[in-house]
Amino acid sequence: MPEPYSLSAREVSERIRFRELSAEECVASIFQRIREVDDDLHAFVSLSESSALERAREVDRRLREGKNVGRLAGVTVAVKDNICTEGLRTTCSSRMLENFLPLYNATVVERLLREGAIIVGKTNMDEFAMGSSTESSYFGPTRNPWDKSRVPGGSSGGSAVTVAADEAALALGSDTGGSVRCPASFCSVVGLKPTYGLVSRYGLIAYANSLEQIGPLAGDVYDCALLLSVIAGHDVRDGTSVDIRVDDYTKSLGDDLRGLRVGVPKEFFGEGVEEEVAKIVWDGIHNLEELGASYEELSLPTLRYALATYYLIAMSEASSNLARYDGLRYGYSEKALAEDWSKTFSRNRMTGFGPEVRRRIILGTYALSAGYYDRYYLKALQVRTLIKEEFEKTFKGFDVIVGPTMPVLPFKMGEKIDDPLALYMCDILTVPANLVGCPAISIPCGFVHDLPVGMQAVAPFFREELLFRVGFAFEGRLRR
Amino acid sequence: MKNLGEAVIGLETHCQLTSLKSKLFCGCSANYRGRSPNTLVCPVCLGLPGSLPVLNRRAVELAVMVALALKSKIPERSLFFRKNYYYPDMPKNFQISQYDKSGGVPIAVGGSMSFRVDGEERTVEILRVQLEEDPARLLYPGSIDTSPYTLVDYNRAGVALLEIVTKPVLRSPREARLFLQRLRSTLEHLGVSDGGLEGAMRCDANISLAGGKRVEVKNISSFKEVERALEFEITRQRSLLARGKGVAMETRHWDEVKRVTVSLRVKEEEHDYRYFPEPDLVPVVIPRKYVDEVGAAMPELPDARRDRFIDEYGLPLYDAEVLTSEKALADFFEECVRLGGDAKKVSNWMMTDFLRWLREEDLDVADSRVTTQNLVEMIRLVEDGTISGKIGKSVLREMMKTGKSPREIIEAEGLLRIDSEEEISRLVDRVIEEKPKAVQDALTDEKAVNFLIGQLMRLSRGRTDPTLANKVMREKLEALRQRKP
Repeated sequence: MPEPYSLSAREVSERIRFRELSAEECVASIFQRIREVDDDLHAFVSLSESSALERAREVDRRLREGKNVGRLAGVTVAVKDNICTEGLRTTCSSRMLENFLPLYNATVVERLLREGAIIVGKTNMDEFAMGSSTESSYFGPTRNPWDKSRVPGGSSGGSAVTVAADEAALALGSDTGGSVRCPASFCSVVGLKPTYGLVSRYGLIAYANSLEQIGPLAGDVYDCALLLSVIAGHDVRDGTSVDIRVDDYTKSLGDDLRGLRVGVPKEFFGEGVEEEVAKIVWDGIHNLEELGASYEELSLPTLRYALATYYLIAMSEASSNLARYDGLRYGYSEKALAEDWSKTFSRNRMTGFGPEVRRRIILGTYALSAGYYDRYYLKALQVRTLIKEEFEKTFKGFDVIVGPTMPVLPFKMGEKIDDPLALYMCDILTVPANLVGCPAISIPCGFVHDLPVGMQAVAPFFREELLFRVGFAFEGRLRR
Repeated sequence: MKNLGEAVIGLETHCQLTSLKSKLFCGCSANYRGRSPNTLVCPVCLGLPGSLPVLNRRAVELAVMVALALKSKIPERSLFFRKNYYYPDMPKNFQISQYDKSGGVPIAVGGSMSFRVDGEERTVEILRVQLEEDPARLLYPGSIDTSPYTLVDYNRAGVALLEIVTKPVLRSPREARLFLQRLRSTLEHLGVSDGGLEGAMRCDANISLAGGKRVEVKNISSFKEVERALEFEITRQRSLLARGKGVAMETRHWDEVKRVTVSLRVKEEEHDYRYFPEPDLVPVVIPRKYVDEVGAAMPELPDARRDRFIDEYGLPLYDAEVLTSEKALADFFEECVRLGGDAKKVSNWMMTDFLRWLREEDLDVADSRVTTQNLVEMIRLVEDGTISGKIGKSVLREMMKTGKSPREIIEAEGLLRIDSEEEISRLVDRVIEEKPKAVQDALTDEKAVNFLIGQLMRLSRGRTDPTLANKVMREKLEALRQRKP
């Protein structure tokens, strides 16, 4: 019998429900695994071993008593450290929130707990989710389990690594411009950015509110669908949450893709996309064809503006969202006060935030300033509308749009961290889905020089089931 | 051509929607007055990381009522914007507000309100009405200058405010106060805001004098203060202009204690608020049908009530205007009438002694201890001759101070009217005895008779029936005249 830590969420929950495995054994095995690998990988910022074991025993007790235990009973979940967990510190991998203890659980965390999931800890990330490599964490970088000299992607790097390295069965990330899909691609796991408004953002510490969603990361497509089924759905505490019926996404999975119309934008294989990456993704597209799908090449000309549009909107919103961290009520604060509150705020923010966060706050502040607002922010909103319209038009002729998730292979640690523009360029294929608001998934597509490559599929609003269907069939074919 | 130094005033009024039970974006109680600091808070109004605002729909309904009362246009789709600036009373270091530029659409635009100044109708145009959240309250133990630290009470943070902005069309500090009074009465009649609560209505004023630049005065906590602050500013700006000095464009702060305005910042230091649409809130959609429904259920407004007072009770326009200038006053009046008081007499008593006393003592109607029953009773006692009108005035004053009934006061102080001829006769004899010189004069001079009656009134502390006193006095004087050789 395999070690419990290596089981998928589906296997774990089935075995626990059939009493072939106790939740406590499973959780103990996970923590054993974390102790073995995490000194090296550094996927976690905080662990919650004692409360996890306690909750596992509670699940076992309920099972013995024949009580209902929920869809994720005994399944271990790692949570990105920008999602609030009551009484478990939530740092955003920032010195600013190094000791911040939330007073409440994010809605997604409540939903996990309600279904019997066991939260094992909080995962490392780029500071305030600003990055694509998990190198800007105040607590040090996370390493890619496939090659420890390389980055795991980001910003949800810790979450992707926990799943890839069997440190948790499932993980939650957040995706503002690709932060779930990028590390999923670099670590060879499945990661999904849901439709804007499908998953409650209540309790997600905001980076760029109009773009981001909490998304599931899992070892396979079934687990990813299972996790989304638990966390999705209307929440009155989030005014942007959409009130629609959420089905069990695991029910839409199948083995063939007959009738599926796939669009392949040439811009997804344009400048900056590494040739080997392009080749393996094209192989993937041919696999979809073999599964019964038809594909056609197309062009999305507005995509050339997507990256600039994304960064203008994200930084502008961030400059306002992060204004609250002044050290007055919580968060990093210098011991000695400056002569007035304004200087005290400045000093706390200067020391509490890392360089990338400061850069984005300053750029965002600039873009919103009087005299520049129309030229930058307002213009970005207008371009965003154009991109959205272009996607909506495209989806009239295609069910999904497919291409690479990342234009490059996982890069070396330190390679791009001092070159912000090179790092920003990595997001070129993931940001469109955030600007449009539609769902997108990254599915493992194969390896180049033993490094993972992910294939991205994008679907119309609230058509997550299409993405799971594509992913499940594709994954099955690759396994065979 | 304007006179040098003629003032143009615009007002930005912040009214708390005090009838709301909860805050604008969370479920915390909005009734913070008298509560221990920082007890009515939650992750949302504290702006804790990860929290999100959710719009209180009832606040929108109240705002729509106000917009209708001001005859404003209500866009079908309005937006919340973030106003970004750092200040310790702002939990998020931005305020969720609305904006009318950069693509922003406030909850209501345009409109007007009419009121009377010295019998002449004035109409003030409204620029916009917007919903926003109140910041926390800063407390400086001792005073703002001497306190070594500042305390922050977040109970007020997130309370719903309605900002009502006028065009700069008011012409004097008094006009500004009268406008605000009418506005307060309107909000009170709508039942959306109780202006009597401390801090429920606050005001920023901008004022410019011909020949000078625009000055904004902030931190004005009541209408009386608005008048004072504006009067100070006019004097200050006029004297600058008279000395040939310019008036700088700046923001000033009204110091209620010292009664002066102090410069806060000049134009170069003005904030850039970096307004942009609030991404956490979806646009507020207000369908035409909804506006019609709210409009159909609107309570009576001061103007309609004033007109009704004229029609129904036959009051003069001026009296009707004054009585409807405050909801509490109008309610008090109508309650007296309902209890059987004669409308005109009740109005007369209220317009004169009642209001004069309130103004002298700087009190609100609610602070007066006189009840409607007692006022009606007092008027009845005057009407049936139990006490004189003059005694009535002093009884009313006592009623307002103590809350006692008129009967209690009259009995305790022996104020019942003296109407027995026998007793009056005794009093007249005393006067004749004490003032022989005046009596001599009175035999020939009519003016001296009045003096003697005055003496009689003084002796009886005004309780004597004047007609009877006159009769008895004249009879006695006539008898004296007869006796004279």
